[in-house]
Amino acid sequence: MKKNRVTKMMAALGATALLLGSLTGCGSTSTETTGAAAVETTEQASVQEESDTDTAAEDAEPQEETEQAVEETTDKAISGTITMAGSTSMEKLANAVAESFMEKYPDVTVTAEFTGSSAGIEAVLNGSVDIGNSSRSLKDEEKASGAVENIVAIDGIAVVTDPANTVTGLTTEQLISIYTGETKNWSDVGGEDEAIVVVGREAGSGTRGAFEELLGIEDACAYANELDSTGAVMAKVASTPGAIGYVSLDVLDDTVIALSLDGVEATEENIKGGTYSLSRPFVMATNGEISQQSDAVQELFAYLQTEEGKNLITTVGLIIPD
Amino acid sequence: MDDYTASSLTSGAHQKRMAEVVAHIIFTVCAFFAVLAVISITLYMIANGTPALFKVGIKDILFSTLWKPTAAEPSFGILYVILTSVIGTFMAILLGVPIGLLTAVFLAEVAPKRLTAVVKPAVELLAGIPSVIYGLLGLMILNPLMYRWEKALFRGSETHQFTGGANLISAVLVLAIMILPTVINISESSLKAVSPQLKAASLALGASHVQTIFKVMIPAAKSGIMTAVVLGVGRAIGEAMAISLVSGSSVNLPLPFNSVRFLTTAIVSEMGYASGLHRQVLFTIGLVLFVFIMLINVILNGILKKGEDGND
Repeated sequence: MKKNRVTKMMAALGATALLLGSLTGCGSTSTETTGAAAVETTEQASVQEESDTDTAAEDAEPQEETEQAVEETTDKAISGTITMAGSTSMEKLANAVAESFMEKYPDVTVTAEFTGSSAGIEAVLNGSVDIGNSSRSLKDEEKASGAVENIVAIDGIAVVTDPANTVTGLTTEQLISIYTGETKNWSDVGGEDEAIVVVGREAGSGTRGAFEELLGIEDACAYANELDSTGAVMAKVASTPGAIGYVSLDVLDDTVIALSLDGVEATEENIKGGTYSLSRPFVMATNGEISQQSDAVQELFAYLQTEEGKNLITTVGLIIPD
Repeated sequence: MDDYTASSLTSGAHQKRMAEVVAHIIFTVCAFFAVLAVISITLYMIANGTPALFKVGIKDILFSTLWKPTAAEPSFGILYVILTSVIGTFMAILLGVPIGLLTAVFLAEVAPKRLTAVVKPAVELLAGIPSVIYGLLGLMILNPLMYRWEKALFRGSETHQFTGGANLISAVLVLAIMILPTVINISESSLKAVSPQLKAASLALGASHVQTIFKVMIPAAKSGIMTAVVLGVGRAIGEAMAISLVSGSSVNLPLPFNSVRFLTTAIVSEMGYASGLHRQVLFTIGLVLFVFIMLINVILNGILKKGEDGND
């Protein structure tokens, strides 16, 4: 009996050892595989980087200045840190820039905090960060204190309705009155007798923040639909008679009609020209001119001028300024 | 290796016992994964959900109706959201359970074999359809229909906010269809499990088939049917994808033609860009949902236990 129990225990121990052994075996194999994969990825990445630099150099050939910049990057390794602080609306852009910049220059560390535009400009002026992100133009007193307005991108918002709507344009006042729930029928703004279905984005969305901020109706909107993506807004507006919504300018297509605002069409040209009011600049403010900044910061701004940088700006749904 | 295992299984009691022990250990380890998952999820939800509850105040979250998470002076009242989930689920059950139960009776008792061969796979297929498909169908079929009714009902109304058909009714209809398979399958198997002697006795006493179904079979299958209802509630209250497409997602009092937000859709729709306290409150909503689901499970266990006792 006793012997039996001992055997049992021995067996259990043996089994545990076997199990452990097999587990460790698995462990070591997987480590090896990941190791090999990692090496491969690094190799691929470096090849990719080389080809990237090549294309960049080719692209830049006509423009001497840019070419020089590209050459400089290949000549001397940039290192250091870049700190950014400011607008929460610029979070997507700032993170995208930081990520791809650090990928290109592994020795540079880019950190970004999102504290609000004014706080960002204050931080850059008192020297606690290198770049102050601001989703509005700089005020005169901020410029007087030495902040330089570097507009890196423009954010444009289009107001859209379903294709059957006969209204082609609104005034800013009419738009505000629709979104605050005072105007409830298209006949009040010169259209047919059709109820207005107010469609918007969820709280926390950058587009919603910008739209409400530019119209001065922060958290005063009465939404009938709060959808959580641009695509959902487009689909809802396109399929609902009498719906009105807002989306980033870059996703407009012919399933909806973009309304003109105060008689100005929502086009990239009008936004660049400053006549279309539902747009705002994304400013990366520096304390003094860019040329007075550290190499890393200068390189960051140069990077935003390259094709790669411009692609990055358009992929986050923004317009490249002239 | 294979040869070795095979021989160890066949030759000698010692190796045989060892294989048994190994198998037992593997079973135990696997079982503990589930326990570990439940414990870690519970701890995680409590750890992440409670800070905001105390920062904002329990009363200001659970019993306030104003949801303005990104305002300069934010307010995080989720009373309407909780009410929507409770009322929406209740209405879905009210609609789905009778249909589901009668379908189960049909399948278990009434249907000729050939018809069962059509209905049964259809019900099973209904269970397999991804929830996003229900949502899309609701979006394309229910919402336009609802909007027509809404326009007819509220013509000339000064106070009603037109939602384009994205309202509580659409969400309830979608939920009611989604809980059908659960209700049907479990009710049917519990009806089939009713002892044939009970049925035979009832018929022998002169009761008609329909009388037997409603007076004998359904009462006898009560605990199984209750299980079906509770599981249906669980499914309905936890559903997010389908109703996020059809409910409009504005925080409003859950009236039939209002655009409403459920506990699940509140998390889904704002998690993407939420930060700071707003994000923490979303975790609190998750905790509320978690508590609801736990309550439902406790009730379910109670019913099952009572059912067992009753059978003894």
